[in-house]
Amino acid sequence: MPRPGFVLDVDRSTPPLVFHHGEGFRLEKLPAGRSRVLYPGEPLAPLDDVDGAIRHALDNPLGDSPPLHALLKPGMKLTICFDDISLPLPPMRKPDVRQRVIEAVLDQAAAAGVDDVHVIAALALHRRMTEDELRHAVGDRVYDAFAPSGLLYNHDAEDPDNLAFLGTTPHGEEVEINKRAAESDLLVYVNINLVSMDGGHKSTATGLASYRSLRHHHNVRTMLESRSFMDRHRSELHSSNWRMGKVLEDAGVKIFQIETTLNNNTFGSSGPMSMLQKREWEWSVRDRASFAAMKAGLDRMPLKARRAVFQGWKAPYGVTSVQAGEVEAVHEATTENVFRQQLVEVEGQTDVLTMGLPYVCPYNVNSVMNPILVACTGLGYFFNMYRGMPLVREGGVVIMSHPTTWEFHPVHHPSYIDFFEQVLAETTDPLEIESRFEKQYAEDEWYRHLYRNSYAYHGVHPFYMWYWICHGLSHAGKVIVVGGETRAVRRLGFGAASTLQDALEMAEDVVGRDPTITHVHNPPLVMADVK
Amino acid sequence: MASLLSRNGKGPAPGRLFKVPSVRLPRLPFPYSAPTVPEGLEAPERRRRSGPDYETDWARRLPARLGRAALRETVMRGAVTALAAPEVHGLDRLDAERSEGGPVIFAPNHHSHLDTPVLLTSIPDPWRERIFVGGAADYFFRNAVTSALSALLINAIPIERTHVTRRSTDQAAALIDDGWSLLLFPEGGRSPDGWGQPFRAGAAYLALRCDVPVVPVHIEGTGRILRKGKTLPTPSTAKVTFGPVLHPAEGDNARRFGTTIETAVAELADEATTDWWSARRRAHAGTTPALTGPDAASWRRAWALGDRSRRSRRDKRRWPDI
Repeated sequence: MPRPGFVLDVDRSTPPLVFHHGEGFRLEKLPAGRSRVLYPGEPLAPLDDVDGAIRHALDNPLGDSPPLHALLKPGMKLTICFDDISLPLPPMRKPDVRQRVIEAVLDQAAAAGVDDVHVIAALALHRRMTEDELRHAVGDRVYDAFAPSGLLYNHDAEDPDNLAFLGTTPHGEEVEINKRAAESDLLVYVNINLVSMDGGHKSTATGLASYRSLRHHHNVRTMLESRSFMDRHRSELHSSNWRMGKVLEDAGVKIFQIETTLNNNTFGSSGPMSMLQKREWEWSVRDRASFAAMKAGLDRMPLKARRAVFQGWKAPYGVTSVQAGEVEAVHEATTENVFRQQLVEVEGQTDVLTMGLPYVCPYNVNSVMNPILVACTGLGYFFNMYRGMPLVREGGVVIMSHPTTWEFHPVHHPSYIDFFEQVLAETTDPLEIESRFEKQYAEDEWYRHLYRNSYAYHGVHPFYMWYWICHGLSHAGKVIVVGGETRAVRRLGFGAASTLQDALEMAEDVVGRDPTITHVHNPPLVMADVK
Repeated sequence: MASLLSRNGKGPAPGRLFKVPSVRLPRLPFPYSAPTVPEGLEAPERRRRSGPDYETDWARRLPARLGRAALRETVMRGAVTALAAPEVHGLDRLDAERSEGGPVIFAPNHHSHLDTPVLLTSIPDPWRERIFVGGAADYFFRNAVTSALSALLINAIPIERTHVTRRSTDQAAALIDDGWSLLLFPEGGRSPDGWGQPFRAGAAYLALRCDVPVVPVHIEGTGRILRKGKTLPTPSTAKVTFGPVLHPAEGDNARRFGTTIETAVAELADEATTDWWSARRRAHAGTTPALTGPDAASWRRAWALGDRSRRSRRDKRRWPDI
């Protein structure tokens, strides 16, 4: 029976704690008597028969949807869309659950005599997936069957000929999505719901949308009104997507949603990184020796080699649930399953929130975690992993541990480079950035060309990363990065500290002496339910 | 030798120029040679050193297993890589059974002597270390040397293919019950012309009897490398496709389940030579091409075989690098 997550009160006998630190780790001691640590739950037991669960979900849909086989007819247009490279994190070991689901859907389509099928990676404004990445997600069988004839491809949010405008919400939000998906008799969306933000109407209304549509909810106002975007009932981001979902429905887009959830088995129960999902005082001699050897090795490796080692890691996730049918009913059940794994109850807020940031976030799989993504991972994702209220009080200090090197992937993140060099050099205020610079980057022909033809994130993407952090920025009194490259950290507008002790002393200037501290022991993922 | 000499042994054989002297070694005395049998008494039955009665238990003891594993991972894998460089597909379909770790029966099509080494190096753990092969008793166990080599190298047990005996099936069933997986070619022999042969019911029978699942496997390309009748291999590429695990349905008998296995392998053949989606559509429409090929003249069968020689190699390089 896996143990749920819990809150540890740090005392003098608490061992040093592992902080993720990019492609490495730090061992840190937190002050006794005023610190607490939020530990994730142990991995839930995975489904014994995933393929059976998928078949069951397709045949017994939730909500008012008929079973999938009843929706499939000869001569129909079927489009299968799936979540892109940004999920899950780190990528899961083969076979990816998307492959299993897509194969099950296609098998039923084959039985029903459906000929016209397209398979689309729903990547919105993310970079295109490479052949290897597509193969990893959908499997060689599906890739070899569809890609050579051009029936498996990446969504292109900048292709005017392949976008369909479907209407406007009562709030004036334009809804424009992939034309093939919009004009299909059935759109099957295959999702991996790693965190509670994913899935639901956001899958189609965001994943298959264009910039024209996305800008209505990927903006500073929406983010400031989402408390947090991981709690969909208090998220303006989700409200906007719901409204867009209604427009899709009214326009006759028939969606059969298939959502899956994974457990917390990020680093494995055995193997070289297994100690990372154990509690430090439960480490065996072997765990300690492995960690010491790994850390010593990593400290001596060049950054490129370290990055290759970490990016090569494939998580042995287990699938904990599969549900299919009508979008909202499915997402309700999915979110419950996500919370079953990740949610941990926490009493009240503290003055300081600490977190160790890992090597990967949704936008640097097989890539570089540049300083903007460091900010987004910490203040965007980890800070927002709460329900109720943030773990840190308003005006408190957020301390993040990450090397934060001034380094960018020139192919994946070209507009990030200019954003960092030009925009952040002038201002870090999200509202000012949005009003002064967004349009220019979003409509830049060169970035558009790179997004469509190379493997670049869209020109506007770094802006969205900055908007993602605006709730955290406005809430925290100060943000400090431990162990980061000073000039890169300062460009972000954050404070730089060499050690956690230095960072805590700097924090005392903001929140007073002997502050209370919460450390989020993340990943594996944990979400705080703050009372 | 005798044919080279004349009948009386004194002159050269007709048409021979040289007389070949016969050499007879002196017989060693008992007990250094076998005892003679007194006249009037029946000679005691001697244990045969080959054929269907060959005892292979020794080949599953630890020293033989260690030796086999070492040979497999060095000589066999090296030879397979050099000759066939097999692409292995469909291992993900075996995940559930792999985690359970119970015995299964692998039922592949059969083109070449290379099929067994290709499979033994492609089948994943935990089965690879505990697998035995059903080998034709009249071929692999025809003398003491081939019997010992077959038992040691591939952990073969003799299977009678000319007539049905209980001994072969009892031995195979006992090993499966003991946790060993079986690699058995249901066609009973290599393809004579590149097309498959009808499946026999042995694999299905054992699956039903031992209540174990069957893994259909399709091997493509080994016929190009070392087809039946060829002595020297021609290096090329092979492709191994593992199919979804088959469990006997309620009320199945060996004949029906055997047909299911054959159909599954035919679907894998279709998948390997076209693509998965096309193969699934034909499977559901009941139009999967039969393994045995068209019922036509031999030249037309050979002609049709040309369509099945597609091969592909994919560059695994991840782009872009930095």
